[in-house]
Amino acid sequence: MSDATWLPVVWAALLAFGVVAYVLLDGFDLGVGILFAIEHKKAERDIMVNSIAPMWDGNETWLVLGGGGLFAVFPLAYGVFMPAMYPTILAMLMGLIFRGVAFEFRFRARRRPGRAAWDTAFFLGSFVAAFAQGLTLGGLVQGIRHEGGRYAGGWWDWLNAFTVLCGVAVVLGYALLGACWLIWRTEGPLQARVRRYAALLGAVVLGLIGMVSLWTPFLDPQFFDRWFTFPKSLVTFAVPGLILLLTWKFYRALGQKRHRTPFFCVVGWFLLCFAGLGISFWPLMIPPDITIWDAAAPPASQKFLLVGASVLVPIILIYTGYSYWVFRGKVGAETHYH
Amino acid sequence: MHGLDALTLARAQFGFTVSFHIIFPAFSIGLASYLMVLEGLWLRTGKPVYLDLFRYWVKIFSIGFAMGVVSGLVMSYEFGTNWAGFAERAGPVVGPIMGYEVLTAFFLEAGFLGVMLFGMGRVGRGLHFFATCMVAFGTLLSAFWILSVNSWMQTPQGYTIAPDGRFLPADWWAILFNPSFFVRFPHMVLASYLSVAFVVGAVGAWHLLRRQAGPHRLASRTMFSMAMWMAAIVAPAQIFMGDLHGLNTLKYQPAKIAAMEGDWDTEPDAPELLFGIPDMQAHKTFDAIGIPFLGSILLTHHLSGKVPGLDQFPPEDRPNASILFWSFRGMVAIGFAMAGLGLWSLYERYRRRLYLNPWLLRTAVAMGPAGFVAVLCGWITTEVGRQPYTVYGLLRTADSVSPIGAPGVRDSLIAFVIVYGIVFGSGLLFILRMMSRPPEPGETGPAEYEPIRTAGIVPGPATADPAHEHEVATP
Ligand code: HDD
Ligand code: HEM
Ligand code: HEM
Repeated sequence: MSDATWLPVVWAALLAFGVVAYVLLDGFDLGVGILFAIEHKKAERDIMVNSIAPMWDGNETWLVLGGGGLFAVFPLAYGVFMPAMYPTILAMLMGLIFRGVAFEFRFRARRRPGRAAWDTAFFLGSFVAAFAQGLTLGGLVQGIRHEGGRYAGGWWDWLNAFTVLCGVAVVLGYALLGACWLIWRTEGPLQARVRRYAALLGAVVLGLIGMVSLWTPFLDPQFFDRWFTFPKSLVTFAVPGLILLLTWKFYRALGQKRHRTPFFCVVGWFLLCFAGLGISFWPLMIPPDITIWDAAAPPASQKFLLVGASVLVPIILIYTGYSYWVFRGKVGAETHYH
Repeated sequence: MHGLDALTLARAQFGFTVSFHIIFPAFSIGLASYLMVLEGLWLRTGKPVYLDLFRYWVKIFSIGFAMGVVSGLVMSYEFGTNWAGFAERAGPVVGPIMGYEVLTAFFLEAGFLGVMLFGMGRVGRGLHFFATCMVAFGTLLSAFWILSVNSWMQTPQGYTIAPDGRFLPADWWAILFNPSFFVRFPHMVLASYLSVAFVVGAVGAWHLLRRQAGPHRLASRTMFSMAMWMAAIVAPAQIFMGDLHGLNTLKYQPAKIAAMEGDWDTEPDAPELLFGIPDMQAHKTFDAIGIPFLGSILLTHHLSGKVPGLDQFPPEDRPNASILFWSFRGMVAIGFAMAGLGLWSLYERYRRRLYLNPWLLRTAVAMGPAGFVAVLCGWITTEVGRQPYTVYGLLRTADSVSPIGAPGVRDSLIAFVIVYGIVFGSGLLFILRMMSRPPEPGETGPAEYEPIRTAGIVPGPATADPAHEHEVATP
């Protein structure tokens, strides 16, 4: 097998891993921000923010890896995808700017109104970033028009019923992850409340996953073909089956007031959704017709970075894990000062 | 804003966002190293003043760093949104290097930042110091990679060009360590150190001016003294590096030098202009006041060395001399002013009046922001001087832009101006407000400032008392 054949496959897998890591990690901390919509008390908001303050920057770095990695190893995909998604990417960046600084600023504002403004910025930033990511995902799934290696679609291609549905699904999905994170990291009345939110959000998110999944195969005959022709459909039906199994576990864990299990069940949902996307996409990078081989950078570029990545990614996982471990445990248990 | 095409707008947008970005990394690179020094001194000497200073500056660091991260995030996506042509063609060379930046530097900073900011009471002292070192090291690594990329765009080598116009990497070593990298990297690192030294010096001087006596005295004096040592030693080093940088540019980018000097015709014994108004249409520099021969001496280190003039280059290949002439002079003037302050401080130190001469203190306060101004001037010189190319001599800026309509770029530029105004304006305000309060004995760290506490590990808020802290630190 030549380098030009296997390198793009390895890189596609690595990038997919990066994107999944991003969605799960920043997903829960964006979700915590989205839950500001229904949690108003200062003390509880402080606990919520503190539960993610030491790790949000690390979580967001996976997004830089996503953008930077795409640039590095699939420059053609980057050059077609980014202009196509210009408005949603910019909206996401603006959201992340407000939210990122609000972490610090909300503690620095001296007066009530200033504080309230940065709390709103934290919520809105999280919400807008999540919604824009959903729109971007939807825009990618529905396919991008291009000609001669350049984006050839219009200004509003990313906006329609399908992409909005994806946007809503991502916002609520992140909120669910955030709620489950808070079940894990908090206790007392706040924990009891987020547990109720999780129960409700779980059902809604399941419904949305169902809707997006049913819609996707009809967007493009290729997708339909993958999902509904025998014997591929065997795999196809395994995914929804596993989702149902996890659902059962999720609600049982909520009922038994488990602390950690609900979070990991939702992580499982997300992973299965990704697997589903993978089934639809493979071997496309950008539907309807740019494959990972079309989009790949020359082997010399991909190899150069792969050498580093194969050493560095495990190290990154180790020290990121260490940092999470340092900040393990319940947050804000006895914050009686201030 | 009609009449502006997408290219001009995209350039304006990039220039605007990257100019904001560079301020924060310069601050973070310098401050992270300063924090490392402070913590190291504290561990070695056990003097509480270093811990107080560490805690005082680490809170400011956390704000600056957050702004660096969010403004950098914008940069990494802008290459695709606005510069898709550049991304496709130069991506195979530039992309993997920036990939390395993410994998080595950004993750390192992010991974240890949490421990550095909030971990004082949770991990042992040694580990905490290690985290601080990793953050500082991460910022330097980040500068290493990104400056390698930028230098490659200025002085490209180690590539071949494919039939479809893409740059293909041929020799990574040659790409990474391209000719201008060796001057640009140290110059930028010194610039960051100087910028932070002048901020720290200004804060120390400000509090000394306001009140000589008081609990903050020792901390303020320590800051001021450390900063003045930096000015005395690093500013001359920076001038030396700048000179090397200029020689390097003369060799590889003579058109840039010609524009920086406002020189239109190629002449031996060129004067060094102190003042002038280069006019790109008239092909002349008006109202020039110069010192004969100095230009030749500075640039070639020979009395009659030949210095190229802009007329040697076709008009469509000339960078904008009206900007370069002044941005370059701004930087150089600040460089000499910094070295001057350093000298003055040595003299006052010798006379034992370092903390007492109000004029020295006032000048230090006034020069607080000087480093950042010089950094911006330097980058404008570098980047505007590379025009009209993105990859010098090979890929024109006009061929680098994305196929995006002007209205989209314009609207997003307006959005950026508004958002950056609000966000970074507030950030600056918070930072200034924190600096206006002097560091005091028993300074609290961010962990105590904001209620972050986890059950089961830490019994209560860690105190500034180092002995006590050690007990809590080892559960
Ligand atoms: C505190 C900041 C600072 C100070 C005091 C100076 N510089 Fe500088 N300079 C920079 C900060 C900087 C920079 C921001 O770091 C630049 C922009 C790109 C780069 O590599 O460094 C730069 C670039 C830069 C360039 C490169 C232009 C190019 O790309 O070709 C030259 C020739 C000089 N400098 C020369 C000098 C001289 C002669 C100085 C002394 C008096 C000086 N600089 C002081
Ligand atoms: C962070 C410090 C930097 C500053 C302050 C800065 C400043 C600028 C400015 C003012 C421009 C507009 C030039 C013009 O249009 O005349 C520009 C353009 C540009 N810069 Fe930089 N730059 C910086 C770093 C970088 C780095 C590290 C890279 C590459 C990785 C880079 C790549 C570019 C590109 C691609 C353009 C757009 C094309 C162009 O107009 O030149 N810049 N920059
Ligand atoms: C146009 C080119 C540039 C791009 C695309 C870029 C990209 C980024 C990104 C994405 C981040 C956030 C990383 C995180 O999530 O932690 C960042 C932060 C940073 N960048 Fe840049 N950057 C550019 C120019 C520069 C330059 C010229 C320097 C230094 C000389 C620099 C030094 C840093 C540092 C030290 C950080 C860490 C955060 C901070 O210090 O505030 N960057 N950059």
